[in-house]
Amino acid sequence: MNSVHTIHGGIHPREEKQLSRPGQVIDAGLPHELILPLSQHIGAPAEPIVSVGDHVKGGQRLAEDQGAVSAAVHAPTSGHITAIDMQPVPHPSGLTNVCIRLTPDHADEWLVLQGLADYRSEAPDTVIAHIRAAGISGLGGAGFPTATKLLARERSAIHTLIINGTECEPYITADDTLMQVAAEQIVAGAEILAHILGAETILYGVEDNKPAALKAMREALAASDDALGQQQVVSFPTKYPSGGEKQLIEILTGEQVPSGGLPADLGIVCQNPGTAVAVRDAVIDGKPLTDRLVTVTGRAVSHASNYRVRLGTPIAHLLALAGFTPGSRQRLIHGGPMMGFALETDAVPVVKTTNCVLAPTQEELPAPPPAQACIRCGLCAEACPASLLPQQLYWYARAKDQEQLEKHHLFDCIECGACSWVCPSSIPLVQYYRAAKSHIVETRDDKQRAERSKGRFEARQERVEREAAERERKRAERKATAQQKAAASEADDPVQAAIARTKARKEQAAQTKDAS
Amino acid sequence: MLGLLTHYPLLTALTALLCLGMVFGALLGFASVKFRTEGNPLAEQINTLLPQTQCGQCGHPGCRPYAQSIADGGAINKCPPGGQETIDALANLLDIESQPLDAEHGVEKESRVAFIREDECIGCTKCIQACPVDAILGAAKLMHTVIADECTGCDLCVEPCPVDCIDMVVRKAGIAHWSWPMPASPEHTNIIATDKEAA
Repeated sequence: MNSVHTIHGGIHPREEKQLSRPGQVIDAGLPHELILPLSQHIGAPAEPIVSVGDHVKGGQRLAEDQGAVSAAVHAPTSGHITAIDMQPVPHPSGLTNVCIRLTPDHADEWLVLQGLADYRSEAPDTVIAHIRAAGISGLGGAGFPTATKLLARERSAIHTLIINGTECEPYITADDTLMQVAAEQIVAGAEILAHILGAETILYGVEDNKPAALKAMREALAASDDALGQQQVVSFPTKYPSGGEKQLIEILTGEQVPSGGLPADLGIVCQNPGTAVAVRDAVIDGKPLTDRLVTVTGRAVSHASNYRVRLGTPIAHLLALAGFTPGSRQRLIHGGPMMGFALETDAVPVVKTTNCVLAPTQEELPAPPPAQACIRCGLCAEACPASLLPQQLYWYARAKDQEQLEKHHLFDCIECGACSWVCPSSIPLVQYYRAAKSHIVETRDDKQRAERSKGRFEARQERVEREAAERERKRAERKATAQQKAAASEADDPVQAAIARTKARKEQAAQTKDAS
Repeated sequence: MLGLLTHYPLLTALTALLCLGMVFGALLGFASVKFRTEGNPLAEQINTLLPQTQCGQCGHPGCRPYAQSIADGGAINKCPPGGQETIDALANLLDIESQPLDAEHGVEKESRVAFIREDECIGCTKCIQACPVDAILGAAKLMHTVIADECTGCDLCVEPCPVDCIDMVVRKAGIAHWSWPMPASPEHTNIIATDKEAA
């Protein structure tokens, strides 16, 4: 287990991690207003259970999770619900979404929180229900609801839990800081997760550019009473993107997650250290997820640091704390420089997936130069951590050749941006892949819908024909009975009888005339 | 018999050919009975490429009849809901040159669904009879409503409504349906602003 493996490709961008002074946490305090989007996670948006004007306490549930893949939203402090409306949210589209707006009353009154006294004696489902009730979704960046991810234990036997403390993206130091200041909580959270999953081994993967975090984690492990057996902190060489779930699994175990598969297929589940702490807080203290660590950094802020921020805090509030002086054509980035996206406004709130707010100067992170033609140098293929052929994917994405894109495993792309970073022609490769992916998903959707409409159309057609045939049959039946009746009654038809009588009389008259 | 064959090599060849012909003929005859395809497989293939909106904008009563007309050599550019993508797919399947959409039959619009303003509905059932996919629920003198997931956005219910209470709304609106746009291709990027007019 001590040997560390290596992944294909990868890059070494400037780390810039010291800028935000990892290990130091500043409390961001309370803003004038908290904006809580109902969709801070992957999956169905939560459904509000409070109305405008309500007074809520800290930790109170404001919106219920909907369906299997969803997460609840809780009040980060006490105050009044001032609105439930469309607000700008951190999203690459820059669009608005439904948010609950809460004006704090600054009393910061909380509900009495109730944790589980001894989770080890509880059934895993009870503990998962606790995690679901706390509204926890992955704090690493993707935001997958944690309770749903833990259901992997029903799919396959899990033997290893990996706590992903890699944080390979430049600038961000939120996980690094958390490992330094809350190592015991991370270990406690990991033990809860391992208990739920039935995992015997817990691996804490940390890149070797975080010596302080490594030391803190090792000390915390030594101090823990370790009831679960094997736990280990593993350090490995720094390389982007080692923190990708599949990449980290390969580094730590040497095994590759099969294409289209999940880590659970290998008996492995990965969690972020922040998620582990949130799980610990939910299970032991009964505290829902209402705050997180956010790195505010970049050379356009004077006090780059890690802030403990209540969810819903507008990014403008954070930037003001950090001493932000916007330059001309200032860019604000949600997330890191590799996988983050530009924000159109600083009015958007911090959500569960906000690990970093980056405010770089023009010189620091210049806008990418215009893309030029691909020269087929192949650097992208060398850099791809998923061993794909980015160049081929680029051509197929431009040609919208979905069949070939899928044949070249487009869906194994983790969108890390290593290919774009090395591209000498500055082609925004990842954007092509993202567009192609959503196009393929859309096409699949349309196909399915068309198939269903076809079925319904044919069923209707059949019904219409059947009804028409039925009507025709009934009409024919009626006609037949009418004719039959007519034939049967022909004998005693008064008209016919009268005609016959007249005829007979005429004939008789003619005969008498002939005779006379 | 054997002597005759050895004496006339030509006869050997003829007999062999005759036997082969009989065997293969029997085989072909058997296959044509055993593997007979019902209907026109080409029309079926074309039909799977069509969007199944059943809107009749092509002038045919549904997608299947249009598929049949294409199979019989009709134009492939009469389907506005399918748009250019469907035309390209059809051209690819039939191995013919792709064409732009025939504007006479309508223009390509984003996918829509019918929405009944339920307060105004008088329960006349006319839209129910017009719907090609049975996506409208209701009964005489009772309010009707559209099953949005089943609606193909064909517009056929709008016309018969005597009180005009049916709206066509965009299906994929909002952030949940947003997707990354395809970047402009490098060949079309103008580094120098004044280059725009040239080329």
